[in-house]
Amino acid sequence: MTQTVLKFENVSTAYGKVQALEDVSLEVNEGEIVTLIGANGAGKTTLLMSLCGDPQPQKGKVFYDGEEITGKPTSEIMRNGIAIVPEGRRIFSRMTVEENLNMGGFFTSKEDYDEALKYVFRLFPRLEERFDQRGGTMSGGEQQMVAIARALMSKPNLLLLDEPSLGLAPIVIQQIFEVIEQLRAQGMTIFLVEQNANQALKLADRGYVLENGKIVMHDSGDNLLVNEDVRKAYLGG
Amino acid sequence: MADQFYLFIQQLFNGFTLGSAYALIAIGYTMVYGIIGMINFAHGEVYMISSYIGFIVIAALMMMGVDSAFLLITGAMIVAITLTSVYGFSIERVAYRPVRGQNRLIALISAIGMSIFLQNYVRVGQSSRDIAMPPLVEGGWTFGNPDGFEATLTYMRVVIWVITIAAMIALTLFVTRTKMGRACRACSEDLGMTNLLGINTNFIIALTFAIGAAMAAVAGVLLGTFYGVINPYVGFILGLKAFTAAVLGGIGSIPGAMLGGMLLGIAEAMTAGYLSAEYKDVVSFGLLILVLLFRPYGILGKPEVEKV
Repeated sequence: MTQTVLKFENVSTAYGKVQALEDVSLEVNEGEIVTLIGANGAGKTTLLMSLCGDPQPQKGKVFYDGEEITGKPTSEIMRNGIAIVPEGRRIFSRMTVEENLNMGGFFTSKEDYDEALKYVFRLFPRLEERFDQRGGTMSGGEQQMVAIARALMSKPNLLLLDEPSLGLAPIVIQQIFEVIEQLRAQGMTIFLVEQNANQALKLADRGYVLENGKIVMHDSGDNLLVNEDVRKAYLGG
Repeated sequence: MADQFYLFIQQLFNGFTLGSAYALIAIGYTMVYGIIGMINFAHGEVYMISSYIGFIVIAALMMMGVDSAFLLITGAMIVAITLTSVYGFSIERVAYRPVRGQNRLIALISAIGMSIFLQNYVRVGQSSRDIAMPPLVEGGWTFGNPDGFEATLTYMRVVIWVITIAAMIALTLFVTRTKMGRACRACSEDLGMTNLLGINTNFIIALTFAIGAAMAAVAGVLLGTFYGVINPYVGFILGLKAFTAAVLGGIGSIPGAMLGGMLLGIAEAMTAGYLSAEYKDVVSFGLLILVLLFRPYGILGKPEVEKV
């Protein structure tokens, strides 16, 4: 019996009067890659951020590791084994790669930190070369590496990825997806939000389709990939 | 000719001393602005309070029979830095955190209110009269032409410069080498993201206020004992000048605040020396207007980039 790491129970979130999420329920189990696909403005990022407590859901409950986290402050939620690679990367551009990673591993013990550092250098050898370079002077792909590495520095249980392929060259996207594959092999649980439905579904164990703030479909990644409606709407026929 | 040179040197000494104070106070403005984008108008009052704390500690130590200038200054410094940091921390907690996330104007008004409150709180407790104190460190080096102009470098000035430089090095090491200091910089770049890394940003913001206050306390004790006279209103104009220095150097940038403070101090000293002391405020605020017109982001600041 696999354990549920993340669970949304009838969650609704609104920005003022605009309803962004409506009655969303979903589950992510240990060791799985689950992807959430949907068009621009469907509420994908809102869904991720509701999990992080920013904004707080209006209704419904969010559970992490069996414990309810709805209503907790963001910093408290994120300190317990959840890490995020947010939309637009949001690395600290005036800080060096080292300092960025340092912030990601703020609460990591010394031994774990050194171990995590070795691990991210193996994943992204480029970061070792650029260790003292400022984040803002790097290319988009390198910045995405910094963002992923920063998230990994806390040795998370659950990794949230918000559109990691956005704005990157196809070859870099390929690299990023390979890294996600490697993380899965390590046993990490991954919740991947993507607009690049084709690649995300190929990789994922299961997928959810979000439309106008509602989950309209839920199936295994392979089934969604061949589903007529999904093909029409997200994979270009 | 030689007289001219020594006169210039003397003005430079004056400028460095004044500049040290501006720079130390400007750091508080710039760090707070960098992290939450608000001007802490009560910061000048924090400086004033630290001067009073320094005076009280020195007076108390003298009454206990301590007469070594080193012990007096060290004692005053330790107590003033500690207590003033507590003031900085509490001011944020009481006056700014409750209104954070709302319209910026509200925080600004809250800051002005805090400034008026602190001024009057000290006035009620300590009376509004000037308090004077004998100089702690006397003497100095004199050089120049005994028949013409002689430049004097008092020991107290050297003490001020050394401590200011030490404080700035300590601050620089703190923000570049320690985790907490790096978190302060991370917050000033992206508060939300820092929060998403599990870091308690409320604490980091309060810490920033405390550090800014500690820097102001270094200036408060040093300048208070250097000029020898304080009253509850000294913080207001000095705060405005330090704010000008922060804008001049580029608000949000710590090296900018240091540089801006020094430049402003030297500009004022030169004006006082060569033009007239009455014109020094005209020059410093004129400089502010020029910077705002031609380089609104300051000497070392970066233009604000609109995020897309």
